[in-house]
Amino acid sequence: MNKIPALCLSAALFALGLAPAPAFEGEMKLGRAPIDVRDTHSLQSGARAFINYCLNCHAAGLMRYNRMRDLGLTDDQIKDNLLFTAEKVGQLMDIAMTREDARQWFGTVPPDLSVIARSRGADWLYTYLLSFYRDPASANGWNNLVFNRVAMPHALWQLQGDSVLDVREFKSKEEAEAAQNQSRAFALVEEAAPQAGAKEAPRFLLKTTRIDRPGSMTQIQYDETVRDLVNYLVWMSEPNQVFRKQLGIVVVFFCAILIFITWFLYKEFWKDVH
Amino acid sequence: MAAADKQPVTGAGPFNDLLTWIDQRYPLMSTWKAHLTEYYAPKNFNFWYYFGSLAMLVLVIQIVTGIWLTMHYKPDATQAFASVEYIMREVSFGWLMRYLHSTGASAFFICVYLHMFRGMLYGSYRKPRELLWIMGMLIFLCLMAEAFFGYLLPWGQMSYWGAQVIVNLFAAIPLIGPDLSLWIRGDYVVSDATLNRFFAFHVIAVPLVLCGLVGAHLLALHEVGSNNPDGIEIKKKKDPRTGIPLDGIPFHPYYTVKDIFGVAVFLAVFSIIVFFAPEMDGYFLEANNFIPADSLKTPEHIAPVWYFTPYYSILRAVTDTFMWVLSAGVVVMAVLIVASVGNGLIRIATCVIALALLVGFFTFDAKFWGVVMMGVSTMIFFLLPWLDQAPAKSIRYRGPIYKLALTVFVVAFGVLGYLGTQTVTETRTLLAQVGTALYFAFFFLMPWYSRIDKCAPEPERVTK
Repeated sequence: MNKIPALCLSAALFALGLAPAPAFEGEMKLGRAPIDVRDTHSLQSGARAFINYCLNCHAAGLMRYNRMRDLGLTDDQIKDNLLFTAEKVGQLMDIAMTREDARQWFGTVPPDLSVIARSRGADWLYTYLLSFYRDPASANGWNNLVFNRVAMPHALWQLQGDSVLDVREFKSKEEAEAAQNQSRAFALVEEAAPQAGAKEAPRFLLKTTRIDRPGSMTQIQYDETVRDLVNYLVWMSEPNQVFRKQLGIVVVFFCAILIFITWFLYKEFWKDVH
Repeated sequence: MAAADKQPVTGAGPFNDLLTWIDQRYPLMSTWKAHLTEYYAPKNFNFWYYFGSLAMLVLVIQIVTGIWLTMHYKPDATQAFASVEYIMREVSFGWLMRYLHSTGASAFFICVYLHMFRGMLYGSYRKPRELLWIMGMLIFLCLMAEAFFGYLLPWGQMSYWGAQVIVNLFAAIPLIGPDLSLWIRGDYVVSDATLNRFFAFHVIAVPLVLCGLVGAHLLALHEVGSNNPDGIEIKKKKDPRTGIPLDGIPFHPYYTVKDIFGVAVFLAVFSIIVFFAPEMDGYFLEANNFIPADSLKTPEHIAPVWYFTPYYSILRAVTDTFMWVLSAGVVVMAVLIVASVGNGLIRIATCVIALALLVGFFTFDAKFWGVVMMGVSTMIFFLLPWLDQAPAKSIRYRGPIYKLALTVFVVAFGVLGYLGTQTVTETRTLLAQVGTALYFAFFFLMPWYSRIDKCAPEPERVTK
């Protein structure tokens, strides 16, 4: 019961804006995903990666297989190369795993990926897929710089290889950030947790990943695979987006003509208003 | 006029006979004349006068696209999110209907805010247009309700938690609050029951009221006649022979053709957003709303859509410390009223109300007063016709005080709007509190500053 006055006090302090500021938390600078949703070659490759590596735990329950006809594939091509867990090309990209099983196996239900690119954004997905590292402390042996303690293991690790955490220490935040800007891999700056009893100046950590043991792909090949995969996720989140913009050009052009005509109509009628 | 006395319709070519037949059974020609060809509007309308007709265009867009969306949407908590994506992916041109509707919602508020601002620029709410303004304000409130109910329907995280936050506001009302919010939701949390009733309100109840009010708004306008950028009455100077205002021109064809030009420009801008940036960088469609509603996961940052953010900022600005500012405001108001009103009864009533408020400020929770202030911030516009005591109506002839006050108000509104989209920090809360104080000062001090403002003489006839 002693907690109640303390809670009230902290609530009051919070209301007055006197609550202690939370310790500096690292924030990842997201990389820009070099995607192009008009590049059907990249999208086809991304679709293959998606179906092989993602569509076992994650569903895309709002997406039909035959929508991939928009990517230049025929129904037969889809059926022969991309249809593993469904029977007909008109089916939705569902998975066999139940929510209960997922919760038991992963601790959480892997989100449906149909519109994930619209909630997370392409840059986040791109950086995320390039920021996994081995972490013996976590339940599945993997962790991620963008999403700390993520429940998802590194599904593409056989392609990328063994990615491990690389930590460098700096005295000041500025130095760490300067190194972050120079880093070729995605990097995160964090304030180190003070050690118990130690009276030392705060240290800043630059966390980044490096490949310890290469996988089946080179670094460049892996980057491209991730790019294609993210490209596909972005396309899948709104398969009409290319057509939308094409149609938009026609509509806006029509509106421009309408503006032109109605302007002269208006001026013609208003000639006799003085 | 009896049907037999009516003149046959002329000038409609092959349709003369048909129109005559109709006109003898229905007030066709008289309605046409009263509202279009013989409705005389001032000839000096400027840019700001496009937004009334544009708001009506957006209303039509919303109704038409809404009908098509309803054909495929499922108001069911387990199916709503997927049915919206079904519309986006599988319904032929469903994505267009959805984007027109979601962009239309924001466009509606842009048009209505600019339309209201026009009224504040040129004193369009002043006598004899008080009822016209009140009907417009009722339309604005309906529009806010309509937008709020509609925002729950996609059943995304923002839909869900936005509705949760707003409905919970009612729980802050003393005594009846918790039961009231339970009654509104129909459940202990926002759920399928809430979704179904919000759907009913969104697609039929509120739109019916909205359309009725728009009709009444137009009838009221055509009864008193349009104001104009000079804020003078064109009906005072009529042609002695015809009885037509000298500065008036028939609405049709002059303003119909001008408004059609406005429509073309609007459609171009609207289409650019719909086809190239329907999310408007998260302002029109929020990223979090592409995650299905989850009653167990509260998003870290809940923000309403941009058109509600000024009021949301006011709600958040009312903290325990801000109650002292509110108290000071009430004392200043009471002193001002007592000093400037001779009537003893009003003086006593003012003191009693001020005392009751002061006691209330420190009896009830600051959260409750935040809700009250948010409500007052939208309702206060109703009082504008009586708060404004300036001799001139239009900003063109009003003095520097009103010009400054209106500028400050617009800046405060904008800053509050921006802050409402952001997370709370100490500085931002302080800024929102300054904004809130200025927002209310604009209205509550108006009876005094508008009276002492040095207005220029109004012209006899309209100017360019």
